[in-house]
Amino acid sequence: MNAAKRYFTSIFKAIVALLKGMKLTGSYLVRPSKILTQQYPENRDTLYIPQRFKGRVVMPHDENNEHNCTACTLCQLACPNGSIQIISKNIDMPDGTKKKVLDRWVYNLGSCTLCQLCIDACPSDAIVMDNGFEFSVYDKSKLIYELNRPGSRLKEKKTEKQA
Amino acid sequence: MIHWIGQKLNDIFGPLWAPYVGYILVGLVIITLVVVMAVISIYLERKIAAFMQMRLGPMRVGKWGTLQAFADVFKLMLKESLTPAQADKQLFHIAPYLVLTVSFLAFAPIAFSPTLQLWDMNIGVLYITSISSVGVIGILMAGWSSNNKYSLLGAMRSGAQIVSYELSAGIAILTIVMMSGSLSVSGIIQSQADGWWIFKGHIPAIIAFVIFAIASTAELNRAPFDLAEAEQELTAGFHTEYSGMQFAMFFLAEYTNMFIVSMLGTTLFLGGWMPLHIANWETFNHLMDKIPPFLWFFGKVFISLFMIIWFRWTFPRLRIDQLLKLEWKYLLPIGMVNLVIGAIVTWLGWIF
Amino acid sequence: MEQHIESHIIQSSDDEFIINVGPQHPSTHGVLHLQLKLDGEKIVDLRPFLGYIHRGIEKMSESLTYKQFIYLTSRMDYLSAHINNQACCLVIEKGLQTEVPERAKVIRTLMAELTRLASHQLWWGSTGLDMGAVSPFFYAFREREMILEIFEETCGSRLTMNYCVPGGVMNDIHPDFVRKVKQLIKQFRENIHEYDELLTGNPIFQSRTQGIGYLSKEDAIALSCSGPVARASGISCDVRKKNPYDAYDRVSFDEIIATEGDCFARYRVRLEEMKQSMNIIEQLIDNIPTGEYRTKIKGIIKLPVGEYYQRVETARGELGVYLVSDGSNKPYRIKFRTPNFSNLGALKPMSLGGKIGDLVAIMASLDLIIPDIDR
Repeated sequence: MNAAKRYFTSIFKAIVALLKGMKLTGSYLVRPSKILTQQYPENRDTLYIPQRFKGRVVMPHDENNEHNCTACTLCQLACPNGSIQIISKNIDMPDGTKKKVLDRWVYNLGSCTLCQLCIDACPSDAIVMDNGFEFSVYDKSKLIYELNRPGSRLKEKKTEKQA
Repeated sequence: MIHWIGQKLNDIFGPLWAPYVGYILVGLVIITLVVVMAVISIYLERKIAAFMQMRLGPMRVGKWGTLQAFADVFKLMLKESLTPAQADKQLFHIAPYLVLTVSFLAFAPIAFSPTLQLWDMNIGVLYITSISSVGVIGILMAGWSSNNKYSLLGAMRSGAQIVSYELSAGIAILTIVMMSGSLSVSGIIQSQADGWWIFKGHIPAIIAFVIFAIASTAELNRAPFDLAEAEQELTAGFHTEYSGMQFAMFFLAEYTNMFIVSMLGTTLFLGGWMPLHIANWETFNHLMDKIPPFLWFFGKVFISLFMIIWFRWTFPRLRIDQLLKLEWKYLLPIGMVNLVIGAIVTWLGWIF
Repeated sequence: MEQHIESHIIQSSDDEFIINVGPQHPSTHGVLHLQLKLDGEKIVDLRPFLGYIHRGIEKMSESLTYKQFIYLTSRMDYLSAHINNQACCLVIEKGLQTEVPERAKVIRTLMAELTRLASHQLWWGSTGLDMGAVSPFFYAFREREMILEIFEETCGSRLTMNYCVPGGVMNDIHPDFVRKVKQLIKQFRENIHEYDELLTGNPIFQSRTQGIGYLSKEDAIALSCSGPVARASGISCDVRKKNPYDAYDRVSFDEIIATEGDCFARYRVRLEEMKQSMNIIEQLIDNIPTGEYRTKIKGIIKLPVGEYYQRVETARGELGVYLVSDGSNKPYRIKFRTPNFSNLGALKPMSLGGKIGDLVAIMASLDLIIPDIDR
């Protein structure tokens, strides 16, 4: 008798537990307000990207096409992947001395792991992280960016202040 | 209308060939209907599953993704059907056709409405149960001929599963056959004119219905009994090696089988195309009669389909030995006792 | 040499057959390759093969500076990325003998517990998935997504965020951080009953896990299991309790220990750990000390010559970082004692004699992350 009782209570308990699970999934079926899916390309305008989101490294330029990079190569040294290559050139100053300035800041997004170490290492806040994330290209050579704009130069004001 | 078509066929093909052309036409109509319904149910399943999981489901192809399932079928039709180099080629290519043919054959005695029935044979229910068990041969053939251990394991599981669960499903069906005293589909439906068996037959019928629901889900190889194609264990089970249209055939067969099981369940327990009547509610009954029987039938079928889909997206999968334990230790004994109870109930006339 | 290779491949007799599970298989969660010898459905022998995702993180670390190699460890156990980084930072700070600001300690601990919560949620979802129930996966991802959004807002990334740096954390917490974490805890406490309804109480799930994959206490010790796997076999081994680091010495929480040693015990231990993680977060979230979040450390770190070891509790068990310094700016040798590698050793004793379905349940209960095994 005891065994028979156990047999039937086990069936009953199992059915109750199974119905509980079905109630849960069923309750979500009739509550479409709980749906979390975001329709990505359509919701581009309303998409919330946090301000700190690490998309890629960019070099801000002001309205005079000037940047903060002094070509000190600290970022290049900090990068664990070798994604940064800084090419500097010497220019003649008005007082006759030569000065090392940035020629090209070459950035390979393809090998960048977005670890933020270059931004952490930069002493003059010349580079920041951008919030963009749609960087797909068909050719990996297109992932190599030159961050300083053509014809840009070092922001003079800041160097004067430092001096 | 039907008469007119018959006349036209007679004119074109002559009295000798006209019936055959007619049969082929009817067959094509039914196959198209079934395929379209299966595709619709694929869409429904995806949407229902998505809503249960707080997703939107297909949204891109057509408004609300309504054309997604058709697009998938179209894509599979265009894809190449690969054959493994070491496969048993003949069996490998026959298997999907066999599985699909069997599921189409089972539609023959189904009564969609009082007038729409292909073949009202006097052993209709027996025919469906026996024909649908041929499908397992197709699955075994697919598993064996793929020359893949995963496929073989899946097919073996499927064989063990379908053979065992057919017993329970058969016993559940027998209960109703006994109560209605008929094996023909139309006879069973007619016997429910004054009330569906699930109400009239009270306790034995309800127990039989539950057993039938569980056993038929198992026969369909659907979760929580989808061991034959258990994705996390056997990658895809018996259809691992199939691709393109041959894979689509297995897929379509699964959904048409879902329809057959739902239709059989509707016919046996839920009154087929009979409208819902409640005793002494004359206006209500009159209103229910206004709804065409065709709609009644498909409404019930889709409710049963929804239940099967609901099971699938809620429960985890059983293990093979637990699956067999459930059958031999629970469903079959209970079903047999239930059959005896049903016999007593019928004998004493305790049917309301 | 030939004989050596031969002995690693399972030989089968007539009744048995060999099946390769993986390296591409839905339930191995990565590129683990298991060779099974089966007698019908019964597992007679089992051998894991590793190396499909070996990237040589330990060797690569030797050519990177102390600040640089930390980000590599995020790629070992990517679900405990922050905790791995934390372990490396702790070992470097140990070598430098710098004191981390209190604020940084609390932030690190909070992040570590959020990571653990997110990891366990993913594990819960994928356990359901392995058992054939698809819906739990999405329910688990709902709360996990909230955690990842918190990470995104504060650290800038969602998974491998590289937030820990020697001397503190990379950025200060976002102004919304406290509010969002509280909201997360509130919502998770409301929703955790769904976890019980869908899987814990489900008789099918129970029969799939109870009594399956038994690991005795002795075996667990002998195989040096750690984390929830060992705790489900009755071993008290929580590093957060035994060897508190960062802010764990100031919070009170229970170490969850079960004695059954089966898959269901491991499941329950992890489920309870989620609740304990929430307790820890609740204790810390209102008392984040003010002050610096990072002490300045000079650009080039040089550890004094010596050997340093630090262990932490990741979501999967004990992670040990052993670092040898020769006084240069790069580590001379680094060795990670990863939890998954040791836990994988328990797979064979657990699954012998079981069915293929059991193997899937056991692998789900071990919560394997393959990159953590191969490194």
